Parts: sequence; structure tokens; C-alpha cells
Amino acid sequence: MLQELAYFAVIVVTLILAFPYGWHLAKVFKGEPNLLTPLLRPIERGIYRVCGINEFSEMTWKKYVATLVGFETLGVVFAFMILSLQGVLPLNPHGVSSFRWDWAVNSAISWVTNTNWIAYSGERDLSYMSQMLGVLVEDYISPSVGFVAIVVLARSFSRKHCPTVGNFWVDFTRAILYVWIPLGLILVFPLISQGVVQNFDPYAVAHTLEGGVQLIPGGPAATIIIYQLICEDGANYFANSMAHPFENPTPFTNWFTMAYILFVPASIVVMIGKLAISRDTTKALFSVMLVLFILVMPLPFYAENQGNPLLEKLGVQGGVNMEGKEMRFSMFEHIMYIIVGMAPANGSTVSQHDSVMPLTILTIIFMVVIGAPIFGCIGEGPMALIHYFIVTMFIAGLMTGRTPELIGKKVELREIILAGASFLFSSFSSLMTTAIVIVSAAGMAVLGNAGPHGLTEMLFAFTSASINNGSFMGGLNVNSYIINLMTPPCMILGRYSTLLVGIAIAGSMARKGQIPISAATLPVASPLFIIAVVFVVFVISALCFFPVATIGPILEHLLMTSGRTF
Amino acid sequence: MRGKTTKLLESDIVGQAVKDAFLKLDPRVQWRNLVMFVVEIGAFLTTLNALGDVLTGGNFKFDIQIGIWLWFTVLFANFSEALAEGRGKAQAESLRLARSEAMANRQLHDGSIEQIPALDLRKGDLYVVNNGEIIPGDGEVIEGTALVDESAVTGESAPVVREPGSTLRGVTGGTKVISGKITVKVTVDPGETFLDQMISMVENAKRQKTPNERALEILLIGMTAIFIIVVVTLVPFANYVGVSISLVVLVSLLVCLIPTTIGGLLPAIGIAGMERLLQNNVIALSGRGVEASGNVDLVLMDKTGTITLGNRMATEFIPAPGVSIEEIARAAMLSSLADDTPEGRSIVELCKQVLGIRGRDIRPKEGSTFVPFSPISSMSGINIDGVQIRKGSAESMDNLIKSVGLSTPDEVNAAVDRIAREGGTPLVVVEGIKVLGAIRLKDVIKEGIRERLNNMRKLGIRFVMITGDNPVTAAAIAAEAGIDDFMAQARPAFKLDAIRRYQKDGHMVAMIGDGTNDAPALAQADLAVAMNAGTQAAREAANMIDLDSNPAKLLDIVEIGKQLLMTRGALTTFSVANDVSKYFAILPAIFATSYPQLEVLNIMGLATPASAVLSAVIFNALIIPALIPLAIKGVSYRAATTESLLRYNLVVYGLGGLIIPFIGIKLVDILVVLLHLE
Repeated sequence: MLQELAYFAVIVVTLILAFPYGWHLAKVFKGEPNLLTPLLRPIERGIYRVCGINEFSEMTWKKYVATLVGFETLGVVFAFMILSLQGVLPLNPHGVSSFRWDWAVNSAISWVTNTNWIAYSGERDLSYMSQMLGVLVEDYISPSVGFVAIVVLARSFSRKHCPTVGNFWVDFTRAILYVWIPLGLILVFPLISQGVVQNFDPYAVAHTLEGGVQLIPGGPAATIIIYQLICEDGANYFANSMAHPFENPTPFTNWFTMAYILFVPASIVVMIGKLAISRDTTKALFSVMLVLFILVMPLPFYAENQGNPLLEKLGVQGGVNMEGKEMRFSMFEHIMYIIVGMAPANGSTVSQHDSVMPLTILTIIFMVVIGAPIFGCIGEGPMALIHYFIVTMFIAGLMTGRTPELIGKKVELREIILAGASFLFSSFSSLMTTAIVIVSAAGMAVLGNAGPHGLTEMLFAFTSASINNGSFMGGLNVNSYIINLMTPPCMILGRYSTLLVGIAIAGSMARKGQIPISAATLPVASPLFIIAVVFVVFVISALCFFPVATIGPILEHLLMTSGRTF
Repeated sequence: MRGKTTKLLESDIVGQAVKDAFLKLDPRVQWRNLVMFVVEIGAFLTTLNALGDVLTGGNFKFDIQIGIWLWFTVLFANFSEALAEGRGKAQAESLRLARSEAMANRQLHDGSIEQIPALDLRKGDLYVVNNGEIIPGDGEVIEGTALVDESAVTGESAPVVREPGSTLRGVTGGTKVISGKITVKVTVDPGETFLDQMISMVENAKRQKTPNERALEILLIGMTAIFIIVVVTLVPFANYVGVSISLVVLVSLLVCLIPTTIGGLLPAIGIAGMERLLQNNVIALSGRGVEASGNVDLVLMDKTGTITLGNRMATEFIPAPGVSIEEIARAAMLSSLADDTPEGRSIVELCKQVLGIRGRDIRPKEGSTFVPFSPISSMSGINIDGVQIRKGSAESMDNLIKSVGLSTPDEVNAAVDRIAREGGTPLVVVEGIKVLGAIRLKDVIKEGIRERLNNMRKLGIRFVMITGDNPVTAAAIAAEAGIDDFMAQARPAFKLDAIRRYQKDGHMVAMIGDGTNDAPALAQADLAVAMNAGTQAAREAANMIDLDSNPAKLLDIVEIGKQLLMTRGALTTFSVANDVSKYFAILPAIFATSYPQLEVLNIMGLATPASAVLSAVIFNALIIPALIPLAIKGVSYRAATTESLLRYNLVVYGLGGLIIPFIGIKLVDILVVLLHLE
């Protein structure tokens, strides 16, 4: 009981700490003096001078999008080159070889889109050079791009008749300089103090009792893992993610890492309210997130604790499902980590997703297909939730007899087209690719399991790629041409259909006037609106996946209880 | 006058609507409603499939039934639209016929006069207006001289002289000739064409979709596209687990999931909104205006005619010290006998009450002379036996008294101040050199206006009163009527500035106007209603015309606009919520044969896979005609706070939309089994 309470306490404390940090973030992106200004402002100004950036000139949303896309494209090319050439580049003490082209394309795009699709094992396949430069791309650049996008959207709500949305270079510089670098430097210490590995040594060679030889991997793990946690990449320095004792050595690191996963997304929610000058928005976003967070909990707890009835028949004691789980942790800790790690599309885990119960995987898929709005991937999660807000407000506004307005901005044709397109693209990218792969012989060949379980594996892989989560179930052979080449379109479509749509919406919101609050204004923080948003999340997004879930995890669950597994 | 209310199902309208429902199946027409176009394609494919079954001797019973019901789905949707169109047109026609009360005396070339409806006047026609008649249309006086009361248009109560050849030759429709007879040449076509414009707006082909309707339509199309992806990808997924789904079942699933209920009824809702306006004798010149009316959050209202009855009424005499009430009443009556303004008449009425006089024709003594009101002296009166009796504004009377070296008694001045403070207009009566006392002229607030404004305020609408009165009077009237804000001593040009200022602050502004000087403000307002009795310029600048020229109509228009949007929102919620039940009907039907475990999803306990699919499709089709009355009459509307409106609609249409189809599909399934249709 104490342990359970401690976990909830960690979550509550994290959410409380998110408030002061969120206020700090808002100051950073408004360009107001903040705690770090004396230290970082000269550096910031120096960067602008060297790069020839006029920090006071702003861009239209189109220019902002063009700059962002151009920048991300360069990132992909850069990451592709590193991975393709890592075999001949320096800082490669244990002599790993270069990536095959399809593998490099996949990994480069997954880095840049903040998916961190781990089609490789970090400890086995990456040189120190690639780990570090990869980190540069995936842990500074890609989360910063997500970050600036949500900054732009939030800020647009407080603008009036304004043709511009901000300056990409300024926002981006601030994200890296004021957010990621200080945060990583501070938050890494608790990890290192607990013994998370941090060195530049070649892998240690151990001679086992049986006379075998084992490579013990090392490297600058802590500094990389910290970013993989706070940037919602999913910790994967070591192949076993947070189940690995070098990544997650003690119960304290287990708590810290969970807190880290939630901290930045929660702070972003606070920041949104400050930038939009609407405390209600923060309240509403938090409420919807918490409601969904609580709604997804019961099913995994029920499924995992109920366990596999087949094992029970074979006489296995207790029957709880401990397959694929790290024995250091209790069942409760596993389930909490699954929910906390997967809800914000982070992907860090202490369990093997391929071995969890079908209803648990159903819950995970649910969290993923609704756009991971529960705290959410940096930028994308809250943005997806704002897209839901737009659609909900449109219908709710009509029901109260007026053209709807969200946070003082009228919701009109343009916003509906954009938000609708975002939903259309994300269901298109995950459902269509899963369907295409599953009918192809190549797709069937990479599938490790048959029946509904195989369908679940495939569906999970593509929905996870679409939402830039990056997890997949172990049964799928991901380093194959078909998966390497079919997932990048999902990652691109999933990420940019959310981010770019968000910036486009920001463009039109900034141009609009502000509607004064009146008795007819439907406050976003009202419980009714929260309920309506949750309703829309279920009916518009989740229901689209109900047919495939029926013959995937649901069928698997029903077959399992009647005695068949896959 | 309220327009004729058309019964929901009038046989000739229904007959035409049934015919039109089939005509609209023409793909070139049907594609305008994309959601239903998708259903039509589905119906077509299903029919082809059924025909194939017939030819190959397969089991065609199921396929044919599904095909028929899909066609019915499209036809029901088309019927709802055609019915709304038919009713709108019928309403417009009946209005056209009813426009007979405004008549004009047209002068023909031979000099003879014929009576025609005012709306039939054309540019260049000549008409004659006699004493006491309303001027039927805008024009120029070419013969005769008349005193014209233009207060309905300009708000100025003093009558003006209109005669040919001068700058005063223009007359305005809706104004009234108080005395004289003039012949007028029509300069602009009156608004008959507005009705034609209205009729064209309810016709499918020419109908312009409004911005909000288009946004909703886009959302529905987006959802349709998502469901097409869902259904198409289900084929390979099902194949993977060893289930093949027939085309007919796939089409059924798709049609059940896409928002056919709202998609089918959407056009009817918009047309019916315009028809409800017509029932209130309001002609909408653009659908945009109808929609904007729901969004209005600030209403500029002229005091006169909207909040108060047009004219002030004398309600009290306050005699000076030493003067009896009879004395002042007698003097006031004499001074007002020749004053034909409403105020003058109301003073006479009050005097009769006070003095207990009956009888219609009260004449002053022979040899008396009347002094008519002039704006310069701002007084009127009578001279009897060399005694001047005058009544007028406190200021003018004070000047009159001062001119003979006297001053108004303090008590009278105090009474004058009090009357003004309480929102009335004080008049002072003087006989010879003696101040007899003050008359209270009071603006009479329209009955029920306060409650009405209060209800509207719950919906978040603010009201600003515009008046030429001084701020003190304006504040008193505003307080009495429950108005939020007022603009006192306003000149017509103020309105435009005010609207711009409010719009800049993000308000949606409505106003009602009639005069030419209102035209710029009307053009600027988001919802602009012109009175039909107003000037041509005002009518052209507005987006709605009120045939009754009743300024309070603005409130009805706002309510209709809100009801229109609420109906759209409610039916969308209902339609989307329906999807849940359809999954539970069709998915077990598809998969439970191969995987009996999935039978647990068949929570309705539908008899067979065939009956389940058929029931879902039949329910989906029948819900459209079942909701036609709601679409055409609009959801029940009440003034309530935003949250309570949302709560009510979420429960009724959201929760109801979740639950009702479960019951409905089950009932249809029982029938299907009973009739052996499966």
C-alpha cells in the first residue's frame, strides 16, 4: 500500500512542480526576464549575432512552416550521413559497422520526428559518435521543433489581428538554450548519483563462470538517457530500456524517471495557459488529461492481475502475468510504468510489450491512437488535444446556438478543415499502412506471431510510428526492408499532420480578433466541456480503431480465456 | 401580422417533395450533398450486386433488401430537403399575396387613379397621396404641397414640408402625409424583388451555403473520409484472421457509420430556418445574415419604437403654487387642440380625464387663433380674447417669461428637473404672463420588453439603446427597460462609429434601421434589419427586411438564428453518437460466425448476422424521416444560460443518441425476424 501511495505521490508532486517550471517556460518564450536571463541572455544574443538573426522580426505562419520543414529536412540528411558512415567515422571504439541504407533512412527520420523508432539496439549497433550526434538531433533538435510549434499555437490565442506568429530561429534557440540544456544538466545528477552508467570506456569484457565471454556495454548513458526521458523519446540506450540495471538501477531511479517523463509535458500545459493568457486553457487541458489518465488505468490492472488462465490451468501459482517483466519490480510498478511511459508517447518501459495481456495492449493502443494527448509527446500531445478542443467546441458551440469560439477566437471553416485534416491523416497513416503491410507477403514474413496477436503487433507498430511513440512489440522483425520503409511515411505524416496543422491554425488564430467573454461564452474549463471533449476523443478517434481492435486484442483476449493463445 | 404557418405536411407540398426527392437522385444534383452521394454510390453498388445474384441464381433476398433500404436512405434525405424547399416557397408565395395592405394610388397617363399594391410600383410611375395616407414608396414630389411626418424614418417628431422643385421634393416610403395632397414620381423600384431573391435562396441549385453550414459540412465529409478508410482497411484485416466480408455488408457498415442523419437533414435545417423567418414576416436577403443573427452579442436599439411606444404620452399635470389642476388642464387643452402630434393628442386626452369632459369635438371660442409648433420657438399654443396660452419646453417658456421681466417659480423648475430625471419630458404651460405649471410627457415602455431583454441577456446578448434624449432621460429609460448601456444625444452618424467600435472589440453587432442615414450603419452591422417602411437605401444596406416594420422583431430574428445553429449542433451530436450502437450490431455479425467468442459483443442479442445488418441499415434509414419534424421546426428553444443549454442538449442528443439506436435496432430486429425478412 505504501508503495502504491508513494507512486501516486511522485506523480502529484511532479504535476505540482510543473507549475513554477511552466511559468518559467512562458517567460522564456515571451522573451521576458527569467531566472536564467543573466546567465544565458549574452549567449543568446551572441548566437543571434553570429547567425545574423534579427530577434525582433517575425514570420508569417507560412514562412514559419517553411523554415521548420527546411530545417528538419537538413536534420534528416545529417542524421542519415552519420549513420551511413559511422563505421569509418571516429569515436567508434568497439568497431560497429555502418547502417544499411533503408535502416539509416528509417533511423534518421525516426530521430528527426522525435519517434525514436528503435530499429537498432543502441548498445550493439551505434558508435559513441552516432549515439552522441544522434542525441544532438533527436534530443535537442526534434523536441525543440515540437516545442516551438506548441509555443506558436499557444501564443497565437493571445494575439489580435496579427499577421505573424513568431520567429522560428528565436523560439528554437530559446528552447535549446533555456530549456533542454539546463534541464538535462540539473536532472542528470539524481540518475548518476544512483549509479546510472556514465563513461567513455570501451565495453568491458567479462569472463563468465561457464567460461564464456560477455561484453558489458558502457558509455555516456546517463546524459543520453536523461534526454530520452524528458524529450519523450523513450529511453533506449540499452536494449532493455528502463528494465536494464545500468539505466534504472534503484527504486529511486524508477521514481525519478517516471517523474521526468511527466514533468516537461505537464509544464508545457502550464506554459500554454500563460502564453494564451487563459488560465482556463491550462485547467481544461489538465482536466482532460487527468480524466483520460484515470480512465485508462483499470483495464491493465484488471488484465495483468487476472493473468493468463492457461498458466493457471498448468498449475502456475497466482496466475499474474509476469512474463516479459523485470523481476526487480512489482506488478504494480510495471503497470504504472506502462501507463506513465506510454500515455505521453514516451515509450520507456520496464516490461516487454509483446508479453503483456491483450487488454493491456488494447489500452496502450488506445492511448496511442487518440494522439497521445495524455500529457503527450513534446508539442504534439497538447496540440492533438487542442485539435480535439476545436472540433468539440465547434459542435458544443452550435448546441448552445452560436458560432463557436475557443479561448476568445472564433472557430470557423478554416480551423475545422485543418483540425479535420489532422485527424484524417493520422487515421489514414496508421490504418492504411497496417493494411498494406498485412496483405503483403513481405509483411507476413516479418511477423513473429500468428492470429490476432500478429495483427495487434502490426497495428501497434504503425500506430506507434504515426504518433511518434516509437515502441513496437518484440515479435515484429523491425529491421526489414518493409518495416524500415513503411514506417517513415507514418512518422512523417503523423508528426507533421499535427505540428504543421497546429502552426497553420496558429496563423489564422493570430489574425483573428479577440471575442470578449460574455455570458454566452462556453468556458473551456467547465466540467461539461471536459466531458464533451472526452466524448469526442472516444467517438471520433477511438471508435475508428474499434473494428480492427475487435479482431486484434479483443479477439485475442476472448480466445485466450477460452483456451487459445498465439 | 404574423404570416401563415404552414402545416408540416400539406398534401400538395408533400406530393411535390416526393417527386423532387426522386429528381434529386440525379448524381449531378446529389453530389452537392457529398455524404448522401456516398450513400447513393453504395446503394448503386449494392443494387448491381443484387442483380448479379439474381442472374447467377445466388441468394439475393438479403442484398436486395439492403439495396432498397439504402435507396430509401438517400430518398428520405432528399425528401427532407425538398419538403423544406416546398414549404419555404409556399410561405414566400403566401406572403406575396398577403402584401395587399400597403396600397398605392397609381396615376395612369389619362389621369385616372388605380389602386395597386405598393410593391407593384415601378420606377417612373406616378402615385397620389392624400391627407393621412402612408407614402408607399421613395420618390419625388412633382405636384402639390404636404406636411409630412417623417418621424418613422428620421426620428424627428416635427413634420416637414414637402413640395416640388425645391430641395424638399424627396419623400420616403413609410412616412405619413399629415396634411395636403401630393403627386409623387417613383424613383426606385420598391422591394418586390426581395421576395424573389428569398425564393431563389431556398432553391437547392441557387442556394449559397453559409459559412457555418460549410464548416459543418466539411467536418462531416472529413468524418466520412475517415470511415471510408476504416471500412476499406477492415477488408485486409478480416482476411488476415480468415474472414471475408461481402461488398453488401461493407457498404452497410460504411453507410451506418458515416453521419447520414445530419448529412441528410443539413440542407433542410438551413432552409427551414429561412422559412421560420418568413413566418415572422421577415425576408432574409442572405443566408449569412440568418446565421449571423445567432451570433449577435450586442444589439443597438433605437429607443423609439423598439423599447418605447413611438410617442410620448402626457401622464401628469404639476400645477404651480396657487394654480388648480383644473386651471392648468384647461389651458393645456386649449393650447393643444390644434396640435395634431401624438403628444398633443395625448395632452388633450389627459385633460379630458382630469376635467371629466366627454365628447369628441371640442372647439375653442370663435375668433381664437392657433399658433402651430415651430422648431425655432419650440412652443405652440392659442390666442383667445387677446390672451396668449402657450406650452413648450421649459427653456423656451422660461425665455418667454423672462422677456416680460418675470421668472419661472422655483416649484415649477423643481418639477421640471424631477420629470427629466425620471426619464420624462417636461412641458411648461403659460397663460398670459402666468406660469401655470408643468406637464409630464412620459415615454411608455413597451409591454413585456423588460422580460424579453432579460431572457436574451441570459444568452449573453447586451443591449445598447440609442436615443436623441439627454443623458439623464436616457439613463432613466434604460434603467426602466433593463438596458445595459445607452448612447444619449446620439445623431444618426454616431451609429456607424459605435458599430465599428464594438466590432473592433470583437462584438457581433445587430441593428435595425429605417432611414437613409441609417444605411451606412446597416451596411456595417453584422445583422442589419431594415424596416420595409424605411427608405430604399436602408433596405439595400440591410441583410434582412422586416415587412411589419416592427423594430422589436430583431429579438425574434436572433432567436431564430440561435435555434437554427442549435438544431445543427444537436443533430450532429445525435448522428455521431449513433455510431456506437452500429458497431455493436454489425461487427459481431461479421465476425461471430468464424469466432463465436465475439458473440459477447452482440449485446443487443440480435437474431442472426443478416438480421443484425439489416436492422442497423433500416434503423439508419428510418431515423431520417423520424427527425424531419425536428429539423424543420427546430429543436425546442428556450432562453437559458450557455451551460444549461449545453447540458440539456448533451443529455438529450448525446446520451439519447447513444442509447436510442440500441433500442431502435433491437425493435427493428424483432420485426425483421417476425416478418421473416432475414
